[in-house]
Amino acid sequence: MRKVVAPPGFRGYKPYGNRHGRKEPVELLYEEYEAIKLADYDLMNQQEASQLMGVSRATFARVYESARRKIAHALVETREIRSVFGNADLDTSWRICGECQARFNIPGNMQIHRCPMCKSEDTYQIKKTT
Amino acid sequence: MKTIISSNGNKPDSGFDLRFGRAAWFCLLDEESGETSFHENEYKDALHGAGTKVVEKVIELGATRVISGDFGPKAKELLEKFNIQMVLLSDDSKSVHDIIKSIK
Repeated sequence: MRKVVAPPGFRGYKPYGNRHGRKEPVELLYEEYEAIKLADYDLMNQQEASQLMGVSRATFARVYESARRKIAHALVETREIRSVFGNADLDTSWRICGECQARFNIPGNMQIHRCPMCKSEDTYQIKKTT
Repeated sequence: MKTIISSNGNKPDSGFDLRFGRAAWFCLLDEESGETSFHENEYKDALHGAGTKVVEKVIELGATRVISGDFGPKAKELLEKFNIQMVLLSDDSKSVHDIIKSIK
């Protein structure tokens, strides 16, 4: 299990303007998204990033490498990217609003599951899909 | 219920800041009265521990919800412990005012 602070804010990415019709999407795991975020967005070094995700530096390097290859694969072959749960360990239970895509958690003392932003009841829990 | 919104300025038309610990300002919204006040983030240039310090500030201000774009692992853990709801938005083209409008 790799610790992921928050899930990605998208369910997928789609190329546009491509001529070659629909192809199988590339599945980017949550932990791969997190690895890219930590290394290339937060600009952490691999040591810091691996500690944060609770894995060895070698495992981090492997996850990161896999993430980069998948993204390159999607770009070059104009494939969709879909975000899937993978082996992520989300210690907070996050929900995503189907209406406005806001991500939020429900603290222990709260009963309402509505979206705090747009009040939509169309929210879903992020969980492992098997 | 009181909500904190991370912001890059101290006016309602200031932009929403995706960063939590290192946002320049925080807008505190009292949802019952609709009143807002702006609080400067004195830890925005801290070398380390900005997130943790800001969580303490959030608790001091009595907020039970924080709207930002990204929480670090330590801030997240603390907010969770104090039952403060985290809301992550990924669109930083909005102003603080836009966000307040959509909550109401």
